Amino acid sequence: MPTNQRTATDARVDVRKTYKLYIGGKFPRSESGRSYEVLDGRGRFLANASQGSRKDARDAVVAARAAFPKWAGATAYNRGQVLYRVAEVMEGRRAQFVAEVRASEGLTERRAEAVVNAAIDRWVWYAGWTDKLAQVLGGLNPVAGPYFDISAPEPTGVVGVLAPQRSSLLGLVSVVAPVIASGNTAVVLTSELRPLPAITLSEALATSDVPGGVVNLITGRTAEVAPWIASHRDVNAIDLAGAAEAEGIAWGDLELAAAENLKRVVRPAGEGSDAVEPDWTRTPDMSRMTAFLETKTVWHPKGR
Amino acid sequence: MKSISPAVRVVAAPSDSTSAPSVDPTGRARDLLGVSRLTNSALTSWLHGLPGVDQVGCEGRAAGLGTRSIKTTSKAFAIDMAISMIDLTTLEGADTAGKVRGLAAKALHPDPSDPSTPSPAAVCVYGDMVATARAALGDSPINVAAVATAFPSGRALMPVKLADTRDAIAAGADEIDMVIDRGAFLSGDYLGVFREIAQVAEACVREDGSRARLKVIMETGELVTYDNVRRASWLSMLAGGDFIKTSTGKVSPAATLPVTLIMLEAVRDWRDLTGEMVGVKPAGGIRTSKDAIKFLVTVSEIAGDDWLDPFWFRFGASSLLNDLLLQRQRMRIGAYSGPDYVTDDSPSLY
Amino acid sequence: MAKFEYAPAPESRAVVDLAPSYGLFINGEFTESQGGSAFKTVNPATEEVLSEVTDASAADVDRAVAAARRAYNGVWGRMSGADRGKYLFRIARILQERAREFAVLETLDNGKPIKESRDVDVPLAAAHFFYHAGWADKLEYAGLGTNPRAHGVVGQVIPWNFPLLMLAWKIAPALATGNTVVLKPAETTPLTALLFADVVQQADLPPGVVNIVTGAGATGQAIVDHPDIDKLAFTGSTGVGKMIARSIAGTRKKATLELGGKAANIIFEDAAIDQAVEGIVNGIFFNQGHVCCAGSRLLVQENIAEDLERRLKRRLQTLRVGDPLDKNTDVGAINSKAQLSRITELTAAGEAEGAERWDNGCELPAKGFWFRPTVFTGVSQGHRIAQEEIFGPVLSVLTFRTPQEAVAKANNTPYGLSAGVWTEKGSRILWMADQLRAGVVWANTFNKFDPTSPFGGYKESGYGREGGRHGLSAYVTTESNG
Repeated sequence: MPTNQRTATDARVDVRKTYKLYIGGKFPRSESGRSYEVLDGRGRFLANASQGSRKDARDAVVAARAAFPKWAGATAYNRGQVLYRVAEVMEGRRAQFVAEVRASEGLTERRAEAVVNAAIDRWVWYAGWTDKLAQVLGGLNPVAGPYFDISAPEPTGVVGVLAPQRSSLLGLVSVVAPVIASGNTAVVLTSELRPLPAITLSEALATSDVPGGVVNLITGRTAEVAPWIASHRDVNAIDLAGAAEAEGIAWGDLELAAAENLKRVVRPAGEGSDAVEPDWTRTPDMSRMTAFLETKTVWHPKGR
Repeated sequence: MKSISPAVRVVAAPSDSTSAPSVDPTGRARDLLGVSRLTNSALTSWLHGLPGVDQVGCEGRAAGLGTRSIKTTSKAFAIDMAISMIDLTTLEGADTAGKVRGLAAKALHPDPSDPSTPSPAAVCVYGDMVATARAALGDSPINVAAVATAFPSGRALMPVKLADTRDAIAAGADEIDMVIDRGAFLSGDYLGVFREIAQVAEACVREDGSRARLKVIMETGELVTYDNVRRASWLSMLAGGDFIKTSTGKVSPAATLPVTLIMLEAVRDWRDLTGEMVGVKPAGGIRTSKDAIKFLVTVSEIAGDDWLDPFWFRFGASSLLNDLLLQRQRMRIGAYSGPDYVTDDSPSLY
Repeated sequence: MAKFEYAPAPESRAVVDLAPSYGLFINGEFTESQGGSAFKTVNPATEEVLSEVTDASAADVDRAVAAARRAYNGVWGRMSGADRGKYLFRIARILQERAREFAVLETLDNGKPIKESRDVDVPLAAAHFFYHAGWADKLEYAGLGTNPRAHGVVGQVIPWNFPLLMLAWKIAPALATGNTVVLKPAETTPLTALLFADVVQQADLPPGVVNIVTGAGATGQAIVDHPDIDKLAFTGSTGVGKMIARSIAGTRKKATLELGGKAANIIFEDAAIDQAVEGIVNGIFFNQGHVCCAGSRLLVQENIAEDLERRLKRRLQTLRVGDPLDKNTDVGAINSKAQLSRITELTAAGEAEGAERWDNGCELPAKGFWFRPTVFTGVSQGHRIAQEEIFGPVLSVLTFRTPQEAVAKANNTPYGLSAGVWTEKGSRILWMADQLRAGVVWANTFNKFDPTSPFGGYKESGYGREGGRHGLSAYVTTESNG
C-alpha cells in the first residue's frame, strides 16, 4: 500500500527517517549534503540515506587510521569482549534488523528472522576468534641455530570493505566482523540499495563499546566512492565482495587502483572477470581474517 | 710483510720489563671512576655499566674470524709469530728439575734442524722451579714466568699469596702469572679482587725498583658468562695487571676464541680510555697451528696489529709448539713432516 | 702497511664447467629458443664474459607453460605427496653434494664473496629443499584449511641478489605442494638456475615439472601475462611488483610479492655494543648491501651516536673488499654496471643534500664494478638516502632520543620488510617488536634466515610470506566458503 494514499482516519503520519553516515564514532551528514531514497524490494520508500562522497571516504580513512593503533594494540580478550557486546546489542535490536532485512531483501518474516539469527551468530563466531588467532596462526619456528624465533599474526591496518549488495546484514557481518576481529579498522561502503541494516548496525556499534573509528560506514553509490577507497594510499587492504552486482563497477579496475600501494585485495567470488555474490549462509572459514593479517616474525638469540 | 727474527722479538716492545710501575692503580681508578674513595659499590656501578656481551653474536663473530684462510707467506709469518708468543709451560705436580731443564732446552733450540726457528717468549713454571729455569736459560732473552698466588685455585690467605709472589721474584722470575680469587669476584667483592691484584702488582717490584710484569689469570672457565669475562678484564686492568690471561689450564673450558675476543676488545677499549696497552694471554687448550692462527687473526682484526707482538700477546701452551714446528718444517721442505722429526721434551708420564 | 697481510686465498674455479652458451630448460631438456635472442652474462668482478644465455621469447614462455601444464595434469598433480617429497629430498642431497660447484658459480656470476655463497646461499638453498620435502605428504597437518590443493602452474620471477637461494625459496614450496613451475632467473645471474636444471635432470624429476627460461623484463612479463599461469611468485623491486599487481588485476591469478625495503636498524644506549657493531655491518654490508631486508637506515640513540660511529668506522676499516673468489673477502663486487650507477647516483644525491659522506678508503680492483663501504652521517628522514632503497653498501645514520621516536622514524616509510633492535632490556625488545610495522624483526641479531621462518613484508614491501608453514599457504587453495 503506497504510503501517500492515506485517509484522515488512517494511522498517524509517520516520521520519516533520514539517516547519516557513521564516521569516527559520530553520525555526520555527508559533506556533500546529498541524500538518496532507500526503497524496498517493491519500490516503496523506506528512508532517506546520506549519499556519501569521496571526501566522506577520506574522512573515514582518517578516522580509521586514528583508531587503528589502539584497536590493534588492545588485548585480544578485550577485543573479544567488545565484539561480543556488539552481538548483545544486535540481539536487542533483533526486531528492527528483521524488519529491515525483510524490507530490504524482500524476504518472508521467517526467512528474515533466520538471516538475522545467522548474522548475530556469525558475529559471535568472529568475536570468539580474537584470542585464538595468534595461537592458531602463529608459533615458534624451529630454526637451525641458537635463536628464539616466533611468528605471530598482526592486523594489516585500515581495510576498505565493499559490503555485499544483496545480503544486507548477513553479508555485511560476514565481511566486517573478520576485519575488526583480527584487529584492523574498517571503512565500509554499504550495500548501495539496501543500506538500512548497515545503518542499524552502526547504531549498535555506537551504543556498544567499539571505539569510534574502528568501523566507519558510508552509505551511497558504490561506483562513486569505491574507486577513492581502492586508490587511497593510506588504506592497506580492500575487500571487493560488494563489487558483485554493483552498478557501474568492474572489480578489476578497483584491483588495478589498489595495486598502486600494493593493497591486500580480496577478490569477489566468481570466475574470470565475473563477480558473483556468494551464498553467505555457508559456514565461513578463516580466510577473511587471514587475508587482512600480516605475519610478523621476531628473532632473538639465546645466550647466557 | 715482515718476518720475525729472533733478535727483535720480546725486546721489540714499547717499554721493557724492568721499568717500575708508572701509575698508582688506586689513584687512577679513583680518577677513572670519578670518586674520591674507591668503594665496592663504585666499582660495581662501573663494571656493571660496561656494555653487555651477547653470547650468540660474540661467538658468531669469533667463528667468522675462524674461517679466515691464511696461506703461504701469511701462514709463514703467523707460524713464526705464534712460536715467538708462546709461554712454554709445565705446571705439574710431577715437575722435576730435569723436566724443567728439558723445557728450557726446547725453548732455546725449538728445532735443532733449523736454527732460524724463533724461540718462545718465556718458559712458565711453578715458583719453586724458577731458579732452575733461569739457570738453564742462561742469558738468553727468553723470560721466566712463574705462576703464583696459590695457583691454580687461589684459595689461600693474602700473606701466603704475596710471599709466593715475592719468592718467585727473588728466584729470578721476569713475569708473574697470578690467579684472581674467583669466589670473591662471583660474590660481588670486586674491591677485594682489585686489592688483591694491586697488592700482588706491588709485590712484583724488585729491590732495585724494577718490576716483573704481572699477568692476571681470570680463570674464565669459572666465570662462565661473557659479561663476567668483560668485567673481570676491566677490573684486572684497572687494578694494574700488565696482561689479562684466560686460564690456569686446570679448568675446562680454558682459552676459547670468543673469550679471547672479548679480552681483546677490552684491551682495545682500555687503550682508547687510558692510552695504555695491556697484554692478552689465552692459555690452555690451544694445541694446533690452525687454532693459533685463528687467535692471531682475531688479535689483528679486533685489537689491531699493535698487539701482534710477543710483548703484548702470548699463548700459554706446551704441545702447541711442536705442532707449529711441524707446520714450519712442512712449509720449508714442501712435504708433510711427522712427530719423529720434532723433539719432544714433555712426553706423557703415564 | 699492515703487519699481518693475508696472502691471496682464492677458491679454485676448476670445479665449474661452463658451456659457451645455454638454451632454455623446457620439458626436461635444454632446447633452442623460438624467436628469442641471446645475451651475455659477465663476471661483475672482472667484466669477463662467462657465457651466453637465451633471451626467451613469448613463444618460448608459452612452450614452457604448456610443458608445465602437461606435467601438472599428467604426473605431478597426481603424484602422492610422499613421492613428491622423495624427489625434493633427492634435489636437496644433490645440492649438498655439488655445493662447491654451486658456490663458485654463484660467486662468478653474481660477484658475492665465496664465503657467503659457500656458507649462506648454497647451504640454505639445500635446507629449503630438505624442509619442504618433508611437507609434501603432510600438507593436511599444516593448518592451511580444508583439503589443500595445488594451484597448478606457477610462474616465478627471481632477483639477482641471491640467485640460487631465491630459486630454492620459490621452487621448493611450489613442488612440495604439487604445483609445476616456470621460473625466470634474473638477467644478470642466470647461471646457477641453469646448473639447477642439471640437478633436476640428475634427480630424474619428470619432464616439465621445473622449467627454466632465461631472459630480461619482457620474458618476465610474458610469464606474468600468460593466461595459463595460475599463480605468480615474484621477488624484486617494489616498482616491478606494482607492475605485476597491475598486470594481474581483474584476473584470477594469485600472487605473492617479496619487494623492497628500507629497514631501520635501531641501536639503544644499552646495546651490547660490540655485537651491535657486527649487526650493523652484517645488516648493510652482507652481500654488498644487495639485500631487500638490509639494515640500510641506522637509527642510533643520540647519546651514544658519536661513540658508535667511531667504533663502526674502525670496524669498517677491517672489511676486506676485493676478489669475490678469495676466501677472505668480506665485500665483493656490485652485481652490474647499472646497479653501480644507481648506487653512485643516490650517494651523490646524499652528498648534495648535505649528509656527511665517509668510506673506508680501501683499494678497489681496476676492472669490474666496485663500491667502497660507505657511511652517511647527519642524515635526516627527508634525505633521499633515508627514503629510497639504495641496494648497495651504503649506510645512512640517523639519531633518535626516545623509543617512541625510534619507532616513529622506523615506521615512517612506505616499506615494511624488516627491522633491527639492539638493547639488553628484554621488555623494550618486546615492546619495540610490537610497534615496528615490519614482517621480520631481528632483535640483537640481523639478516638471519631459515627455511622454517616466514619471511615477507608489510605495506609496499609486498604480500605473502615465504618459508615455514606460512609460506606453504601461498601455494595451495583450500575449500573456502567466502
